[in-house]
Amino acid sequence: MNDLFNSFKNGPDEQGRFGIFGGRFVSETLMPVILSLEEEYEKAKTDASFWAEMDDLWTHYVGRPSPLYYASRMTEELGGAKIYLKRDELNHTGAHKINNVLGQIILARRMGKTRIIAETGAGQHGVATATVCAKFGLQCVVYMGATDVERQAPNVFRMRLLGAEVVPVTSGRGTLKDAMNDAMRDWVTNVENTFYCIGTVAGPHPYPEMVRDFQAIIGKEVRWQLPEQEGEGRLPDSLVAAIGGGSNAMGLFYPFLDDESVRIIGVEAGGKGVDEKMEHCASLTGGRPGVLHGNRTYLLQDDDGQILEGHSISAGLDYPGIGPEHSWLHETGRAEYVSITDKEALEAFQFSCRTEGIIPALEPSHALAHVMKIAPTLPKDHILVMNMCGRGDKDIFTVAKHLGVEINTGG
Amino acid sequence: MTRIDAKFAELQAAGKKAFVTYVMAGDPTYEASLDLVKALPAAGVDIIELGLPFTDPMADGEAIQLAGQRALDGGMSLQRTLDLARAFREDDDTTPIVLMGYYNPIYNRGVDKFLVDAREAGIDGLIVVDLPPEEDAELCLPAQAAGLNFIRLATPTTDDKRLPTVLTNTSGFVYYVSINGITGSAEANADDVAPEVARIKAKTDLPVIVGFGIKTPERAEAIAAVADGAVVGSAIVSEIAKGKSTAEVAAFVKTLADAAHRA
Ligand SMILES: Cc1ncc(COP(=O)(O)O)c(C=O)c1O
Repeated sequence: MNDLFNSFKNGPDEQGRFGIFGGRFVSETLMPVILSLEEEYEKAKTDASFWAEMDDLWTHYVGRPSPLYYASRMTEELGGAKIYLKRDELNHTGAHKINNVLGQIILARRMGKTRIIAETGAGQHGVATATVCAKFGLQCVVYMGATDVERQAPNVFRMRLLGAEVVPVTSGRGTLKDAMNDAMRDWVTNVENTFYCIGTVAGPHPYPEMVRDFQAIIGKEVRWQLPEQEGEGRLPDSLVAAIGGGSNAMGLFYPFLDDESVRIIGVEAGGKGVDEKMEHCASLTGGRPGVLHGNRTYLLQDDDGQILEGHSISAGLDYPGIGPEHSWLHETGRAEYVSITDKEALEAFQFSCRTEGIIPALEPSHALAHVMKIAPTLPKDHILVMNMCGRGDKDIFTVAKHLGVEINTGG
Repeated sequence: MTRIDAKFAELQAAGKKAFVTYVMAGDPTYEASLDLVKALPAAGVDIIELGLPFTDPMADGEAIQLAGQRALDGGMSLQRTLDLARAFREDDDTTPIVLMGYYNPIYNRGVDKFLVDAREAGIDGLIVVDLPPEEDAELCLPAQAAGLNFIRLATPTTDDKRLPTVLTNTSGFVYYVSINGITGSAEANADDVAPEVARIKAKTDLPVIVGFGIKTPERAEAIAAVADGAVVGSAIVSEIAKGKSTAEVAAFVKTLADAAHRA
């Protein structure tokens, strides 16, 4: 499967498509800037000095490589597959988001842009963007749904400490989709000096490709880290990752797409259950193809093509779409997609705390909940790698509320 | 020749500029909106842009966002929007209607089916904000083949190198977006717009109509004077939002139309 003509790694094509998915569905005002970004990224891709700068920051600022950790007590309790956690929650700022932000900000600097905007759901991408902007002395404006501003208050304070302006978005239901709309509106208005740092593998071409390439460091590390512990040439048997827009998942999956023996599983947010009430964010399991935010992909929508709001306990997964490459991997059958409910994620959250002393974010708690389902059914020599893509500090208030515990914040 | 082409030929013969208005279909209700649309030609409107409501209007400012929300809350849909156009056509067979919106509701209906239905409803042209020339194969080319005009937006960021790409496959007229930004935000300035219109007209025989950021009769006149016409949207939609009657909104539209026609 490694010949170039028959590879899952060749996408996107020149139109920015993965099969029928992806593309450049943006207003004319943005087209020139998207084309120049594509040009700049094409140059950077093969520019050793670009990757040298990334490597240096990844090592000394972010703390990469992140450990690949054998979770022995989880493995024992579940009594099946051997579970490894890719510890991206140990990155500076507490999630995988900064892997991508560094790449985009270095590009923004190369393009002479002085003002950075971002959308954020859980606040992790906003915090990562605010952090890197502080480091480089760039102006930073973060759009965040008003609902999320409330449920992710610690991250809002963090962003403000880091010097970012946080704009609460009240349109729609005030979550990630609405934040992305307002970020796009800011971008068309300030296109001359502003760089839009998108937080996931969605948006118009070249974002899905570019963000994937920046996040692919996750899977690339797993490829050499696993053999160090399991013997030369050993590949994982299964990969599991949570999906909001799909960036941490693409980052883990991409380097393994052409390794046929590796089973690839993406976990969507099933909210209150994937049924006709649509109180979930499982775009692949509960949606159909449509066009939003610059790309064609699976979306939650009604009969009229109006976008639905969805629901998830996890602000970072609360998005009615998914990156176009996932839609394509879904349709080609190369990856499988499943969903996990709020309740299952909460149980997994506590399981991780109790067995491994790792407080996970609610997003990877979804991935873990699926691991808890399948690990017991798999043989003991089956190696499963799960992306622990974020830590749970930001979520303790939400979790406490759901567990009926009141935390006195001193306020 | 579409109704749009015919209208421009007529305006040109009379030495008049075009006055174009945008209203959201179904805002605040289907009936009220149909009443207003029916009143527009008599108020001096040459071309009607009919907004197709969408949950996520990324190129629109608050006024049109809220208008879309009101329409959707009232049960508006693509089907009802086509119904409204058809109802208008029952007693007006000349005023062109341009459907303006976003691609997803159209894609969701199926492009081929949509084009048949749109023509049959009496729609003459389409403006689909999130379909740049790079995505022409989606809707632009099939629409032209089906006899509908596909009106493209040109913007301040459309430089000389890109302009030919934007003009290729554009028909009916060119819509020059006078500002970088969303609808209803900054005010367009005639001195800035004039050279841009000239730049576009040097490359096409199509009429060039200017919109975004025109809110007053004075501005409509000044902008129409340096182009082939002017579009007003958010300012009218804002009047509807205030709960004004059809007669009151139509009277406001007339002041704008008269001003544009003085140019
Ligand atoms: C820890 C964490 N994981 C996952 C996500 C979802 O994004 P993605 O699917 O792009 O990785 C977020 C988003 O905020 C997050 O903070």
